[in-house]
Amino acid sequence: MKNNVIIDLKNISVSFKDTKVLENLSMYIRDKEFITLLGPSGCGKTTTLRVIAGFLEPDSGEVIFEDKVINGVPPHKRQVNTIFQRYALFPHLNVYENIAFGLRVKKMKEAEIKEIVTEMLELVNLKGFERRNINALSGGQQQRIAIARALAVKPRVLLLDEPLGALDLKLRKDMQVELKNIQQRLGITFIYVTHDQEEALSMSDTVVVMDGGEIQQIGRPEDVYNEPKNAFVADFIGESNILDGKMLEDYKCSFSGATFQCLDKGFASGEQVDVVVRPEDVDIVSLDKAMLTGTVTSVTFKGVHFEIIVDIGGFKWMIQTTDYEPVGKEIGLFIEPDAIHIMKKSKYSGLYGDYSSFSDELEHLSDIVEEE
Amino acid sequence: MNKKQAFKQKLCASPHIVWSAIFVVVPLIMVLYYAITDRTGAFTTDNITRLSDYVTPFLRSLWFGIVATIICLIIAYPLAYIIAHSKAKVQSTMVILVMIPMWMNFLLRTYAWMTLLEDSGVINTILGKIGIGPFHMINTSGAVILGMVYNFLPYMILPIYTVMTKMDKNLVEAAHDLGANKFRVIKDVVFPLTRSGVISGITMVFVPSVSTFYISQKLGGGSFALIGDIIEMQFQVSNNFNFGAALSLVLMILILICMAVMNRFGDAEKAGGVGV
Repeated sequence: MKNNVIIDLKNISVSFKDTKVLENLSMYIRDKEFITLLGPSGCGKTTTLRVIAGFLEPDSGEVIFEDKVINGVPPHKRQVNTIFQRYALFPHLNVYENIAFGLRVKKMKEAEIKEIVTEMLELVNLKGFERRNINALSGGQQQRIAIARALAVKPRVLLLDEPLGALDLKLRKDMQVELKNIQQRLGITFIYVTHDQEEALSMSDTVVVMDGGEIQQIGRPEDVYNEPKNAFVADFIGESNILDGKMLEDYKCSFSGATFQCLDKGFASGEQVDVVVRPEDVDIVSLDKAMLTGTVTSVTFKGVHFEIIVDIGGFKWMIQTTDYEPVGKEIGLFIEPDAIHIMKKSKYSGLYGDYSSFSDELEHLSDIVEEE
Repeated sequence: MNKKQAFKQKLCASPHIVWSAIFVVVPLIMVLYYAITDRTGAFTTDNITRLSDYVTPFLRSLWFGIVATIICLIIAYPLAYIIAHSKAKVQSTMVILVMIPMWMNFLLRTYAWMTLLEDSGVINTILGKIGIGPFHMINTSGAVILGMVYNFLPYMILPIYTVMTKMDKNLVEAAHDLGANKFRVIKDVVFPLTRSGVISGITMVFVPSVSTFYISQKLGGGSFALIGDIIEMQFQVSNNFNFGAALSLVLMILILICMAVMNRFGDAEKAGGVGV
């Protein structure tokens, strides 16, 4: 394997009828890496997974597994296994037979099969569940059996298609930790698909942010969060105030009618840019020390902090603060240089980052899992 | 549930109960009554003992029924699979094509086959034009079975197709993913999961095939009397309701036994697949 790369996708394009689902997508995946494809529904993340699994042949481009092109190799001959969104356990078989399915296909001896099934059930903390009926299991248990079934055949790469989407929040958090543990213990490459940015950030070694069938950014979770490449990434990962700004010179920019120190350089002087300020990085100060002033238009209590929407010259900012500020009050804001992130203009400029139409309800609606 | 609701439920069910009583239970009792009495109404076992004269049509009915059912299954299963895996538009067209013959009158369809199969019928005429044949097709056992298969095939296709469309396609992908080739997937996943459709299909083809009376008369030329024909004769020609009832009763019991064996087989298969 060159450079420890296990899967290499080269210029993959896929279209269904007239709709382009993936456009000239290229990325590589290192051995034993936990990589997450993150994006809204319809961004092409599940399609990418299906191309790797072999369920879908790309219209053009190469799928390379361990330096060998595997285009045209059917799914049952690939060393990758999938955890499906709705588990896809065989309802006519019990837990034991479900996990043994792949082993029986390999024509293993019964004693060997039994050993592996027991080992796998132990791995997913469901010891003694051999004879249970699949339909008698809870969602979380079915999920574990699906993981056990896929891992039993000892794949080189495990593909996980929103595996925790159907579980409730508490169980989801537990399973996130468990999946990460399993991945590290077995040393298998995980390719994980999700639309949940928190899940992606907390589990992955590498995050691939996708939209419109294209990769927007690839990087470590910290980098993707702190240094988003464009307005889409900034908005999709976490909350962001994205402002129309101008680079005055290196380390100096202007937006919202004021001039700020920043840590970015290398832009042409006077270049139009997008400026990202995270809501948690804005400090509320007294009016005389303020860099910007604005009027509070709404306050929501979130438990850990308040979420305040502030109107600054017609642009609605979101600010997260532990100090309560009443609606209608004029407040002063202070932004440290390292809280400002400058991005080049992109096709996403102006589409995101303004909280004038913000509502929690809409946010939740967009969280609902949609079939791609 | 309180008493009032329970009463309301019973009230809603009552028309059905009355209907079942009048048109299912009472006729069954009447069949039984006729079967064990003679023309004067006196108790007799003559009707039952006389059945031994008709072992051949009984066996022939069962045999033809089994053959027709198997042929239907062989044709219907792959067809249902193909339909269920086509695009939505193709699916609805194909389902309608399967059902269209069912909208036509049963007698008409059988008559149509007569004109097709006759020695100087449509098929032999066409074959003759290209220098093959003629073949003798009408009035053979093959023609009778063909009639059964043609008439009852939709009843096999539809339940299998329904089960197949309901099956989670991810299961097929999951099986491929775990290393199973196409044959293995069909054998270990698709077939076990569509067994319920197969069983209802078999029931819906086998029962009418065994008891049919018209197909054999028209396509078999009277030389392959089936038990349905004998029963019809008792009521229409001999006017012997008592013996007709006895024949029906035994046919019914035979069908029940066949179905019981069939379901047992289905269950056993199912249990066999789940072993540690």
